[in-house]
Amino acid sequence: MNTRSAAPPLIEFRNVRKTYTMGDTVVNAADNISLSIYEGEFVAIVGKSGSGKSTCMNIIGCLDVPTSGQYLLDGKDVGQMSKDQLAEFRNEKLGFIFQQYNLLPKLSVLDNVAVPLMYAGRSRRERREIALHALESVGLGDKLKNLPSQLSGGQQQRVSIARALSNSPSVILADEPTGALDSRTGREVLGILRSLHKAGNTVVLITHDNSIAATAERVIRLEDGRVVFDGPANDPASGVHRDEVAGQ
Amino acid sequence: MRLTESFMLAFQNIRTAKFRAFLTMLGIIIGISSVMVIIGLGNGMENYMTDMFQSMGTNTLTVTLTGRGTSRELSVDDLEQIVAENSTFLQELSPTVTFHGTVKVGKETLDSTSVTGVGERYFDIKSYELEQGRSLRYSDMANRTQVCVVGNYIDEVWYGGRSVGQSIRIGGTVFTIVGVLEQELDTMDEGGTDDAVYIPYTTAARRSGLGTVSSFLVTITSEDLADSATEVLENALYQRLRSEDAYLVISLAQILDIMKEMINVMITILAVIAAISLVVGGVGIMNIMLVSVSERTREIGIRKALGAKERYILTQFVIEAAVISALGGIIGIAFGYALSSVATVAIEALLQVNMAVTPTLYSISLAFGASAAIGIIFGFLPARKAAILNPIDALRYD
Repeated sequence: MNTRSAAPPLIEFRNVRKTYTMGDTVVNAADNISLSIYEGEFVAIVGKSGSGKSTCMNIIGCLDVPTSGQYLLDGKDVGQMSKDQLAEFRNEKLGFIFQQYNLLPKLSVLDNVAVPLMYAGRSRRERREIALHALESVGLGDKLKNLPSQLSGGQQQRVSIARALSNSPSVILADEPTGALDSRTGREVLGILRSLHKAGNTVVLITHDNSIAATAERVIRLEDGRVVFDGPANDPASGVHRDEVAGQ
Repeated sequence: MRLTESFMLAFQNIRTAKFRAFLTMLGIIIGISSVMVIIGLGNGMENYMTDMFQSMGTNTLTVTLTGRGTSRELSVDDLEQIVAENSTFLQELSPTVTFHGTVKVGKETLDSTSVTGVGERYFDIKSYELEQGRSLRYSDMANRTQVCVVGNYIDEVWYGGRSVGQSIRIGGTVFTIVGVLEQELDTMDEGGTDDAVYIPYTTAARRSGLGTVSSFLVTITSEDLADSATEVLENALYQRLRSEDAYLVISLAQILDIMKEMINVMITILAVIAAISLVVGGVGIMNIMLVSVSERTREIGIRKALGAKERYILTQFVIEAAVISALGGIIGIAFGYALSSVATVAIEALLQVNMAVTPTLYSISLAFGASAAIGIIFGFLPARKAAILNPIDALRYD
């Protein structure tokens, strides 16, 4: 299935293990996971709560490092990085889309989208231009001065997508992006993710919802910290219901 | 670039919680303004005293011969000789004799008028100018004449400005007024400097029944030489009298220095006490910054996820604390100024003393620096707490 294996993977887990100690018990949140995601793929990491998908998302997002094993993003070993390097890497390589949008409430829509660019050290004018462009691409070019609280949930999620795109990341990492939205706006957001994928972006979608996972091309199913399925979404063994995805 | 960004963010955050920021600043405002007023008060006191001492003559030494511990005596000529021998330090000499006797103009008794026997150079030493008539002369001293020079107050009040040639009774003796001094103080009051009569010291010494003159005014060549001049004079007196108890040399400049030092010590202690409120203000800032950090935990998580390094978060919060505190400092300085003006007016109204409470530029810059420093110091702990937050936990925080 990974026919593009000639090129090195963008995301590579090599026997990644993540353990947490909770009191006396040791929890294996990620148990020897190995996987590769290539540039331009649209992958859904799906699993129930406690399956280790959040751990995976944190590791992919460079918010956390593996206890053992290696995580390579764009060929670089993230486990060896300092906190500052991780912050830089998050800024350069990753675009986050969160379930709760996670916009900064006191900043205007435009300023919100410009935050990653600020940390990337771009000039004020550049920031403005890029953020404006990103907002136009998600259809919010007329809401620049608004505060997030003045927008609907769907609009806020589109702002967060624009923010994820602003610094041209290698990977767009969407964590339950439709979780806080009604099904119609949820479909809209998924539509945007699909079009981003079509435009050549690598999209990793983390969800517990099979029907949403079905939006992706490839599904990685996790259970108890292990990969139990890794294959195309249209493979019946993926367990996602392709038919339920509407709005195509 | 990043720093101006942090400043803008800080102002933005302060603007969204103005009242809270103001309350936080209050400690700093009160602290800074009280330190300023206290230092201003100290300055005012010092200036006021310097002025007062200078009008009395900081370039003069007062010599009192007590006669204790010695059988030797010094005459006016001996003193003249001492001054002449030490001309590098000592300039002029005038004996002074305080005369106790009732002063009468016609049938009226002038209770508050002071009578002093002085030498012919006394008015030069005191830099009193003559308005009418003549001054006291050497011949008056030699002949013990019964003439006097009066202050402007006596001339104005008792003689309607035409006192020269008139007579005045001092201790039962009739004296002729030969001269009137110019007005010395801005306002002439009974008992003030202008309510005085000066007679030849020789006359005064004889009339008061003292054979010898025991008090002298000596001018020094320069105020800066007050210490050495005092020493020189004391040495000369010791050589002649052979007893340290027999004389007393008082230098106004030295007294002024001592008093200035005392004021400084007092003001420093008061300012330090007032500065304690700055520490309290700093703790207030720390407190509110800690609240702010936990309120904004999610924001910190978001910023970190989007690529903010620890030091950016740290800088942002430290700058925010510093801005709050420096703004408090600026308001405090303005308030301190206003308070100083009010204090100046109040002191004048209550004590009839013209003492300007003047905060110096030094104290102002010190106040501002202190307030900014307090923000940085007390903002550091909360900022560090924010900076080292784990982004995963921070993102999940509600």
